[in-house]
Amino acid sequence: MAPLILSHYTVVSALGKGLDETYRALRDRRSGLRPCDFEDVAINTCIGRVEGLEDVPVGSGSRAKELAPFDCRNNRLALLGLQQDRFMQAASEARERYGAHRVAVILGSSTSGILETEHAYRHRDPATGALPASYLPRYRYTHNMFSVAHFVRANLDLKGPAMVISTACSSSAKAFATAARFIEAGFCDAAVVGGVDSLCLTVLYGFASLELLSSGPCRPCDEDRDGLTLGEAAGFALLEKSGRAGHPGAVALLGYGESCDGYHMSHPHPEGAGAIGAMQGALRRSGLTPEDIDYINLHGTATRANDGIEDKAVHSVFGPSTPCSSTKGWTGHTLGAAGITEAVIAALCLTRSFVPGTLNTTRVDSSLRSHVLLDSQEQPVRRVLSNIFGFGGNNCSLILGTV
Amino acid sequence: MRLYVNGIGILGPGLGGWSECRSILAGHGAYCETAPPEPSASVLPPNERRRGSDVVRWAVHVAQEAIEQAETDPQTLATVFACSGGEMGILNQLCATLAMPERVVSPTLFHQSVHNAAAGYWSIATRCRQSSTALACYDWSFGSGLLEAAAYVCTEEKTVLLVAYDLPPPAPLYAALPFVAGFAAAFVLAPTPASRTFAQLDLTLSNDLSERATRMEDARLEVLRTGNPAARSLPLMTAIARGLTAPVLLEYLEDQHLVIDVAPCPA
Repeated sequence: MAPLILSHYTVVSALGKGLDETYRALRDRRSGLRPCDFEDVAINTCIGRVEGLEDVPVGSGSRAKELAPFDCRNNRLALLGLQQDRFMQAASEARERYGAHRVAVILGSSTSGILETEHAYRHRDPATGALPASYLPRYRYTHNMFSVAHFVRANLDLKGPAMVISTACSSSAKAFATAARFIEAGFCDAAVVGGVDSLCLTVLYGFASLELLSSGPCRPCDEDRDGLTLGEAAGFALLEKSGRAGHPGAVALLGYGESCDGYHMSHPHPEGAGAIGAMQGALRRSGLTPEDIDYINLHGTATRANDGIEDKAVHSVFGPSTPCSSTKGWTGHTLGAAGITEAVIAALCLTRSFVPGTLNTTRVDSSLRSHVLLDSQEQPVRRVLSNIFGFGGNNCSLILGTV
Repeated sequence: MRLYVNGIGILGPGLGGWSECRSILAGHGAYCETAPPEPSASVLPPNERRRGSDVVRWAVHVAQEAIEQAETDPQTLATVFACSGGEMGILNQLCATLAMPERVVSPTLFHQSVHNAAAGYWSIATRCRQSSTALACYDWSFGSGLLEAAAYVCTEEKTVLLVAYDLPPPAPLYAALPFVAGFAAAFVLAPTPASRTFAQLDLTLSNDLSERATRMEDARLEVLRTGNPAARSLPLMTAIARGLTAPVLLEYLEDQHLVIDVAPCPA
């Protein structure tokens, strides 16, 4: 495929707001994970919570009336993301350049603003079971899966194609693939891609029920890893054709690969068949060979099953030498936002010449055969492959590089 | 952008399968708003058919019908699943559980709650390892799904199974998303015509909103079209059933129309 330029990008996670704070936390090996202090949740686990979302409702300023119905944790996080690294200005310049109808909004989320519905269920009418009247008109703008794309599109005054992709954890990685197809098909000239997922009771108690939550900060690829740590994040990238936005050193999407396991809803294929398909698809599309990849950002959730099977898949495609690591020890697993979070981390590797290690991990599982890095390294990086796998056996690999 | 419809599946009130619906939509038979037949979704293993949500059964049922018509191996098809509400029945159970003091969530319910549950169960049942995308776009979910499927067909030059589906949620969520009835539709969309092709589609996005979106002549079908996001596919299916060479205008968000130039195939 012709490379597509990430002409602007940003992320907010437990590591901080924007590129500089994210980079500093990665460089200084400062984790964003803390013991769970989300609402009244009584689960012995850690979380990667974004500070201050409780106190900043959306819908202030000149467009208060239009945007107020969107107020919920997920859209607050989305707005905080849009406000970093001049992203709103960049989107506005793209709107001027291409026209509002020619810029798409393709975002990923797994649970959208379900927290609003969780809260509303506590206030059902004791006699009829009805949800509060004040909640009903807000469902569309908060919990419905399209809500965050609607909100972002309204904030950026864009009128092009839009959707929320919701394939669990792979959602915002797949947003890149869909946007690339839309640009190639001529449905748009540029796209705001990314994803937003925020903490909620559904995922905290849901992952706890599957016995997949670590009691401490997650330790990807560790001999003694005992599960994942949940986080939240919002990230965005402006994707454009290289003829328009390319310049030497610009970060670009070079390839993507998508696949299914066709195996189980919540357990990966034992041989990593789907993961292998996604990585090979991304290599094929980018015209690169495994030797061309300088670093692999693993899905690396720190569950026993994921890390073991992902290792098998990575080893079968790349062999034992390509450096790889998981950054989930910093951010936690941000679910539908993991794809954009880790794509932005890949962009930081490319532009700031470093490779992150694997935080919290002290001893790499001796059964793993890939080259798992524990310590970060300062080195030039030209191409990064990022793996994201999700429930439903839904896989996506992205290759980012400089042009 | 050109693509070919090689298979269709449909399920809704009084609309049980393409061979039956074709004459109704073509205007040859009367439309009776009877209860929809139970989705068989026989491709699902018995356990999953029993445990799976109604939403999964409806989506898988029409997907299976479209595949059987197209006489295609489902393992070769990428899929696009488009749905506004997602697994609202499962979310109702989860939110009710989370409102209780103990919050004892069922692990099965949790993994069934994802928006891509139907897509996941389909790929598991058919052992399909192709790309699968599940998406949402309010009442325009079918239009977004069609765009995603068309872009895939044309850029990857592969055949895609598109499934659009939504069911009215149970109470109390129904009050937040009051769909008039359940509806599901599936299309096998290919870059080239097959031995049996239903129609040829040419797709464009237009900023011209001066013309109204194509409506259904039958008042009850028009209520269905506007009352369930998946039923926005009815005018397209009607044009195909009638063998028309005509544009179908689909509202796409509030800012664009999706213009589908439909032609019978072979023309």
